[in-house]
Amino acid sequence: MPWTREEMAIKAASELEDGWYVNLGIGIPTLVANNLPSGISIQLQSENGMLGMGPFPYEGEEDADLINAGKQTVTTLPTTSFFSSSDSFAMIRGGHIDISILGAMQVSEQGDLANWSIPGKMVKGMGGAMDLVAGVKRVVILMEHTAKGEPKLLKQCTLPLTGKGVVSKIITDLAVFEVNKGGTPGLVLLEHAPDVTIEQIKAQTEAEFFVR
Amino acid sequence: MAVSKIFPDAAAALAGLLHDDMTLMAGGFGLCGIPEALILAIRESGVKGLTIISNNAGIDGVGLGILLETRQVKKMISSYVGENATFAKQYLAGELEIEFNPQGTLAERIRAGGAGIPAFFTATGYGTQIAEGKETREFNGRHYVMEQGLFADLAIIHAWKADTEGNLVYRKTARNFNPVIATAAKTTVAQVELLVEPGEIDPDHVHTPGVFVKRIVKLDHVEKRIEQRTVRKRAA
Repeated sequence: MPWTREEMAIKAASELEDGWYVNLGIGIPTLVANNLPSGISIQLQSENGMLGMGPFPYEGEEDADLINAGKQTVTTLPTTSFFSSSDSFAMIRGGHIDISILGAMQVSEQGDLANWSIPGKMVKGMGGAMDLVAGVKRVVILMEHTAKGEPKLLKQCTLPLTGKGVVSKIITDLAVFEVNKGGTPGLVLLEHAPDVTIEQIKAQTEAEFFVR
Repeated sequence: MAVSKIFPDAAAALAGLLHDDMTLMAGGFGLCGIPEALILAIRESGVKGLTIISNNAGIDGVGLGILLETRQVKKMISSYVGENATFAKQYLAGELEIEFNPQGTLAERIRAGGAGIPAFFTATGYGTQIAEGKETREFNGRHYVMEQGLFADLAIIHAWKADTEGNLVYRKTARNFNPVIATAAKTTVAQVELLVEPGEIDPDHVHTPGVFVKRIVKLDHVEKRIEQRTVRKRAA
C-alpha cells in the first residue's frame, strides 16, 4: 500500500524540530501544518511578508489585507510579524529559514530540482521557489512518486531547473530518500511504504539509489 | 510652507508623469495592496508601450489586468503571472514580452535600484535558465549570479495611512512590495486609505519615510478583492 497524502505529510512533519521557522509550498506540503508531532512548536513563514501564519479565518472574518503566498485568506497569531517582500527574501536568502517543504515535477539523483516550467506550455513563473531552494537551510520535497506512470526521480532533470543540487530529502507515496552530498553522491533509500517492494520502487524510479 | 504633496484624485496625482514607452513599477502581491485607482487612471490616460515591473500582473479585469486588456503594456517584469488568461493569450500570440525574475531577486533588484546599487551577486538561480548570459562568480566556494538593480520612471503604490509629509504606514500583508517599490523610481505616487496631519503617526511606526513619496491621493473608497477565500468552520 502506498502512503496516503496525509501519511506523507506526517512523514514530512517529522523532519521539523521545535522552534524552527518553516516555509511550506502549495499542494501536499500545506497538509504538513496540520500534522505536527506533539510538543513541537514552529513558526510558518509566508514569502509575501508574514511570519507566524495562523489558520484560515472563520467565515465572515476574512481580511483582504491578510493573505498567504497562495493568496488564501489567513489569520494572525500572537507571534505574528509583517514585513516587506525585501525583508521576507532577506530571511529566505540569508539562510534564516530552517526548512522549506515543496512539491516537484522532477528531482535528479544529484538533488537538482525542477518545479516551475514545462517547455511548450504557458509558463506562469517561478514565484519565490528559486530563492527558497537556494537560500533556506534544508529543502525537503514532498511529491507523488510518478506522474501519469512516468518516473519523477531521474538521473538528470529534463525540465528547466529551479535549483541545482539543492534537495536534501524526497518523500513520495512509495519511499523516503536522502540525497547524499558528501562521500558517494546519489540517492539513499531510507524507508518505504508497507507492502511495497524495492523491486517495485526500482521499476518506477529512473534514478539509481542505494538501500540503507 | 513646502509644496503640497496632496492631490485631489488619481488622474491629478499622475498629471505630467505619464508618457509612452515609459517604465513603471507597481506594488502589490496578487490583488493584495495593489494601487487600483492609480492603475485605472493610467488606463484612462491612454499611455502605451509600458514596461511594468510588478510581482504579478493582476487578473482578468482587475489590477494590472486592465492595462493588458487595453494593450497598453509592452513588457512585464514579474515573478508569477499565473492567474491571467488575457496575459497568456497575448504572450502566446507574441504581443507581450515577459521577463521572469525569481521573486526574491526581483525584490532585491528593486531594493538595490532604490539604494543606488547598480548590481549584486545572489545564489538564487545559479545553474538555471535565469543565470544564462549573466556574469557568475565564486565566493567562499559557492557560486553566485550577478543581477542588476531596477529603477523606474514612475512607481505607483498603495498604503493604508499617510501624513501630508508622505510618511506611510501599510496594513498587514498589503505591505509586500510597496515599501521597496516606493524607493526605486524618479517619482513615487501613493494612493492611501487614510490621510492625517504631521505628528499623528508616531515616527517609530513609519514604514516609508516621506522623502520617497512625491504625490499622495486619498481615496474615499477602496474596493479590496480576495483571490482565494479560504475559511474554517466554527466548532459547533
